[in-house]
Amino acid sequence: MTDRALEPGENGAITWHQVEEEHHDHGGGATILGFWIYLMSDALIFTSLFAMFGVVSGNYAGGPTSREVFELPLVALNTGFLLASSITFGQAIPHIEAGRVGPTRFWLAVTGLLGAAFIAVELSEFAGLVAEGAGPQRSAFLSAFFTLVGTHGAHVTCGLIWLVTMLVQIGQRGLTTDTKRRLMCLSMFWHFLDIIWIGVFTFVYLYGVIR
Amino acid sequence: MTDTLTKTIFGRLTWDSLPIHEPILVGTFIVVALGGLAVLAAITRYRLWGYLWKEWFTSVDHKRIGIMYLVLGIIMLLRGFSDALMMRGQQAVAFGSDQGFLPSHHYDQIFTAHGTIMIFFVAIPLVVGIVNFVMPLQIGARDVAFPFLNNLSFWLTVAGAVLVMLSLFVGEFARTGWLGYAPLSELAYSPDTGVDYYLWSLQIAGVGTTLSAINMVATIIKMRAPGMTMMKMPVFCWTALCSNALAVAIFPALTAAFFLLILDRYAGTHFFTNQLGGAPMMYWNMVWIWGHPEVYVLVLPAFGIFSEITSTFTGKRLFGYSSMVYATVVITILSYLVWLHHFFTMGAGPSVNSFFGIATMVISIPTGAKIFNWLFTMYRGDIRFELPMMWVVAFMLTFVIGGMTGVLLAIPPADFVLHNSLFLVAHFHNVIIGGVVFGLFAGMVYWFPKAFGFKLDPFWGHVAFWGWTVGFWIAWAPIYIVGLMGTTRRVHHFDDLSLQPYFIVAAIGAVVILIGILGFVMSIIMGFVKRDQLRDTTGDPWEGRTLEWSTTSPPPAYNFALTPVIHNLDAWYDMKTHGYQRPAEGFRPIHMPRNTGAGVILSGLAFTLGFGMIWYMWWLAALSFVGLFVVAIGHTFNFNRDYFIPADEVTRTESQRPQPLEARA
Repeated sequence: MTDRALEPGENGAITWHQVEEEHHDHGGGATILGFWIYLMSDALIFTSLFAMFGVVSGNYAGGPTSREVFELPLVALNTGFLLASSITFGQAIPHIEAGRVGPTRFWLAVTGLLGAAFIAVELSEFAGLVAEGAGPQRSAFLSAFFTLVGTHGAHVTCGLIWLVTMLVQIGQRGLTTDTKRRLMCLSMFWHFLDIIWIGVFTFVYLYGVIR
Repeated sequence: MTDTLTKTIFGRLTWDSLPIHEPILVGTFIVVALGGLAVLAAITRYRLWGYLWKEWFTSVDHKRIGIMYLVLGIIMLLRGFSDALMMRGQQAVAFGSDQGFLPSHHYDQIFTAHGTIMIFFVAIPLVVGIVNFVMPLQIGARDVAFPFLNNLSFWLTVAGAVLVMLSLFVGEFARTGWLGYAPLSELAYSPDTGVDYYLWSLQIAGVGTTLSAINMVATIIKMRAPGMTMMKMPVFCWTALCSNALAVAIFPALTAAFFLLILDRYAGTHFFTNQLGGAPMMYWNMVWIWGHPEVYVLVLPAFGIFSEITSTFTGKRLFGYSSMVYATVVITILSYLVWLHHFFTMGAGPSVNSFFGIATMVISIPTGAKIFNWLFTMYRGDIRFELPMMWVVAFMLTFVIGGMTGVLLAIPPADFVLHNSLFLVAHFHNVIIGGVVFGLFAGMVYWFPKAFGFKLDPFWGHVAFWGWTVGFWIAWAPIYIVGLMGTTRRVHHFDDLSLQPYFIVAAIGAVVILIGILGFVMSIIMGFVKRDQLRDTTGDPWEGRTLEWSTTSPPPAYNFALTPVIHNLDAWYDMKTHGYQRPAEGFRPIHMPRNTGAGVILSGLAFTLGFGMIWYMWWLAALSFVGLFVVAIGHTFNFNRDYFIPADEVTRTESQRPQPLEARA
């Protein structure tokens, strides 16, 4: 037993037990770590969708090409909404930590409005494409485009539902340990979706227009 | 008018969906229905519903959830094995003019269901169950990091299993093979409900497995007892960590592949179709990026079980602990880099095939290191050949052969010949049964007294052992031989009569394995009958070395009255040899999570969502989907999730423990 690290307690005896209870076995640290791991697994779902898109992004099957269907001004507007929403969520963070409910709700509401604007623009873009006959059934390229961008949009929508839920909960209970922890997870989720969008913006839209 | 109404309500579900014209299925249904009714009647008769609901179904206790996983796995093992018996029976008789007793469309469903069930609803639940039960005890924790999530994961797995079972009696199961290769699994070639049952049941169960894996990783990283550094953690926990980290890394690929196939089938997209630019081989790639590491997700915890048992039953510290840990980590990483060896014949070219072939062969090096570590642990050890140790030896003898045929298959030119042959089928049964299944039996025999307070009946345990080990070789040696001769897999009828003797021997082997399975069930029943003779009053029936043996059998809800402090790798052996005295007083109130029914409700809704989608009952699917959101959000408004066990109750429970627990060392 060479690696034995004896830690003599009182009277030189070996300490076998920790008497002080750790009450927060189920508390913040594990939740934040668990949420990080969840985000990594979600990132791998997006990785798979990006890979799928990468493989079939040139398979137009005689249908519209990426250069024909993408409208960069609209995408720029949309990207602006989403990136701005990350900044406004960032504005909420110091208020969350300081426990100021009013400003927290304000900045969260602004974030939610920007997110909703993003979804609205995306839906109108999708509706326009379908109306032109460039729907997801047209070619493998369009299937992959709608699925990758749509999955991101579905995530943002879930984020919006979560955000509204949190607005209600901090209205009811204020900024407690529980609601603060949940808001930190939501903030990670929100920024994560921003990072995914930067990938979408670059590899789907920008690359699609120059290819 | 009524026609449209029926279609809106029932989708494509009609009376014709019930297989009343298939005598085998009707017979099975009658047996299952009568058996199910008998169980339900017994539960009602003995007024057990309240007890089961309060103490088990809604429980967030990792030990109870672990036991429920094991019950699920064993029930599904019986189903999966009856499929195996039917296949072996069919292939033993279907030669020449005899078409056998199974029509081909039924036979195809059986081999698909067999593979799907054995991996997703037998191997995964058994592995997750053992990890759930044992790992928190070994790291000195009171529960897992997210107890509610654990309950939800279990019930999602159950929802998936129920959907698969339902396909027996309502509609059909997939006829595509256990991975549902596209484009065969596309709507154009598989228009009925089979593939949809497959996709939705695995998608729902897959969410459960992913959540469970996240939970276990967070538990191991965050909740180890003070003093237990990573390199003082039992090997089983290391393998559980690597296995679950790997599961987090691979299940998203499977989820994405199934999601895209669902879109193809439901929304008319073209990911894996033959038309309009679809890329079917992408499905194969994504599915095997999950599929190959999945084998290691299952076998790594089995390696951990073997390590614990070897060191306990040789009375020695494990040989080469750190090399064991490094080998586990290396296997975890390499397993992610070999998926293409499942389709060398895709035509990726010699450079790609060489990379994947060599990466595959390299895995045998850390695996071999593990085998030597177990052998060196046994060398000059005081070996006690009790049942768990017998399973370890059977594993080493069987698994090494399976590993060697695997290295053979890793050589691309050889694989071009053996691809899709019964040699391959024999190889993976050799490693899965010899590695995973033997490991699970070893683990169940080893930890059963910890879970229930009495050992399994040894006589029937020996019947199970010999039935499995002898039956395995009788069943699979002939399959290796005919496979090497070129017989392909998934064949319903043979013309070459010279092959028949081999298949008859294989069928006999399957019957011997059946004796092994029944022997295991009997060892549980007879263990329960003779529980007073087999009782473990010490909490340490095998002279164990790790922390789970320091508490009672079965452990109290809180596992450890006081959080243990760890000084050594073999923590309990260290405590026994250094004059550990169990405290009788000085307890504090213990903080515990509260039971909740939300997991059962959410999984029930996931089940109806799947059922609605499979049968095109859009209203049911939509309602369930909205219901899932409402219940999940509603659950977040419940902040009353924990309670304290008062200190005097802990003192009372502890004082009931038989004395003296620690006098034996």
